[in-house]
Amino acid sequence: MIQFSDSKLKEVEKIIARYPQGKQKSAVIPVLHLAQQEFGGWLDVPVMDYVASLLSITPIEVYEVATFYSMFNLKPVGRYMFEVCQTGPCMISGADNIIDYIGKKLGIKPGETTSDGMFTLKTVECLGACGYAPMMQMGKHYKEHLTPQRVDEIVDECRRNAASNN
Amino acid sequence: MGRKLLLEKAHVENIRHFDVYRREGGYRSVEKALKTMNPDAVTEEVKKSGLRGRGGAGFPAGMKWSFLAKPEGVPRYLVVNADESEPGTFKDRYLMEFLPHILIEGMIVASYALGSNRSYIYIRGEYWWIVDILEQAIEEARNNGFLGKNILGSGFDCDIFVHRGAGAYICGEETALIESLEGKRGNPRIKPPFPAIKGVWDCPTVVNNVETISAVVPIINEGGEEYAKIGVGKSTGTKLISACGNINKPGVYEIDMTISVEEFIYSDEYCGGVANGKRLKACIPGGSSVPILPANLLLKTAKGETRMMNYESLSDGGFATGTMMGSGGFIVLDEDQCVVKHTYTLARFYRHESCGQCSPCREGTGWMEKLLLRLDRGQGKMSDIDLLWDIQRKIEGNTICPLGDAAAWPVAAAIRHFRDEFEWHVLNPEECTRRNYGLAHYADPLEVTVA
Ligand SMILES: Cc1cc2nc3c(=O)[nH]c(=O)nc-3n(C[C@H](O)[C@H](O)[C@H](O)COP(=O)(O)O)c2cc1C
Ligand code: SF4
Ligand code: FES
Repeated sequence: MIQFSDSKLKEVEKIIARYPQGKQKSAVIPVLHLAQQEFGGWLDVPVMDYVASLLSITPIEVYEVATFYSMFNLKPVGRYMFEVCQTGPCMISGADNIIDYIGKKLGIKPGETTSDGMFTLKTVECLGACGYAPMMQMGKHYKEHLTPQRVDEIVDECRRNAASNN
Repeated sequence: MGRKLLLEKAHVENIRHFDVYRREGGYRSVEKALKTMNPDAVTEEVKKSGLRGRGGAGFPAGMKWSFLAKPEGVPRYLVVNADESEPGTFKDRYLMEFLPHILIEGMIVASYALGSNRSYIYIRGEYWWIVDILEQAIEEARNNGFLGKNILGSGFDCDIFVHRGAGAYICGEETALIESLEGKRGNPRIKPPFPAIKGVWDCPTVVNNVETISAVVPIINEGGEEYAKIGVGKSTGTKLISACGNINKPGVYEIDMTISVEEFIYSDEYCGGVANGKRLKACIPGGSSVPILPANLLLKTAKGETRMMNYESLSDGGFATGTMMGSGGFIVLDEDQCVVKHTYTLARFYRHESCGQCSPCREGTGWMEKLLLRLDRGQGKMSDIDLLWDIQRKIEGNTICPLGDAAAWPVAAAIRHFRDEFEWHVLNPEECTRRNYGLAHYADPLEVTVA
């Protein structure tokens, strides 16, 4: 059964209150973000249907949105997503090497997830960090000025955090 | 040292917090506007300042405000565009991350001028951590009586909400942004009606960039006329430039638009020169959509004049020999970079970001990406270069929104100025996979044709 906790439902109410009366459809993107975080990092159809029911809109209105925006995952992803920017400014600052390095280190290609479900590697377009390239997004934060050593540290850190959370 | 109006206090410790920001003179413009000026007088000051939109198009902000329809009993909205997704551009992020209160302060004043009681910040979804920073600043402003009901006893009510997007460059286009704020796909609308008449939830709406709204603070504090004295011609005030690529000091700089491009690249106050002692090959000075220029045309106009960092000088020569100020995303390429490959990554970006509504944009961006990849890998034919030229021409001007143009221009400029680099890829299919074309003649002084 897909259901937000009471505290998350309060958060949903607060989100809806940001918009004028009757315009709760505007809350769909923020509520999808919340749902993705709560229900395993991706949006399965029942999750989207649940969001639709919360906002009193039709499921198709939710699917339309979920399929348009690149931050919504429509397939399962690893516990940690490495979203490496590959656009021009990052490319001329060495993004290709970083993407190769991560791929080799984790044994996956862009778009793939490690077999233990820990890491997903994804290439993305400009994240607004061009001056701090090469860079990637990992969850809520950016990891900038990437070097192979820095990547090693980040991977180790993720593994440690995962081990201590289990 | 140029004057700093926005970033002057960026390095004050804890300036992110209300108390420090206030102690440093913050929120004076709200006091001045709400206590001593009526809304139209605020708009008038912004008009006098000559402030041009900092999101890319450079439209005069005061004029935009004066177009806002004011039908009786219908709410009006201010929406700040913090979608910042144009490759090379990261200035709004810097402002919001380090000086969130200047944006909130500017928004209160602008909301007062426009009569917006609920204003929104539409921020790109990836700037996830900045949402917390902004919400904290909003909370602090509310706790100190600068937001909420009857602000400073003026009778004006205002609340600000942050709306986080979810990854889509197109949502930076103002009508797509409005669609997205309504909870839909980011498909741009056909204009007219313009947002000033029919914007979010069918109400009159002003969409302005983060930097534009922040600039309202010094304009109200110092007066529009004083602001207009900074800079030159129609490039008034200061402009944030985010500099990246092969330079010694990438980062965000505030300039007063009276310096030359050469000074901006080579002086230690700004980019600190090209990295690793390399030579300058090319530059895209205003975000990925504006034309790329070879070093020689970048530093001097076709007339042989020094090119300056302002709206007029950057566009001197039109698209034939000039470029644009755009969003201020300044991308520097050194002699080792391949223009074909760089252009390919931009084409890939636009293909990825096209919303798909118009066939010239949807299909054309895909074709351009494929052709550029082929050329970059040494698998292209001479006729591909002409085909590429043809495709970009068929996109430009034939689409609902300017993303189509934005995708066409970088390709057009690359071919216009770097055609021999493209041809070299065709003629040297094997060599071009091992090494780049290099600097060639792109930094050679140009012959000036005297009219
Ligand atoms: C494809 C596209 C993307 C855009 N992205 C942004 C953006 O990220 N931020 C922005 O302020 N303006 C962006 N704009 C310009 C907006 O449509 C609009 O002109 C701007 O927000 C108006 O604010 P200003 O007048 O203060 O610059 C974009 C335009 C297009 C066509
Ligand atoms: S030009 Fe491209 S992005 Fe703009 S509306 Fe048409 S298809 Fe969408
Ligand atoms: S190009 Fe990578 S963050 Fe902008």
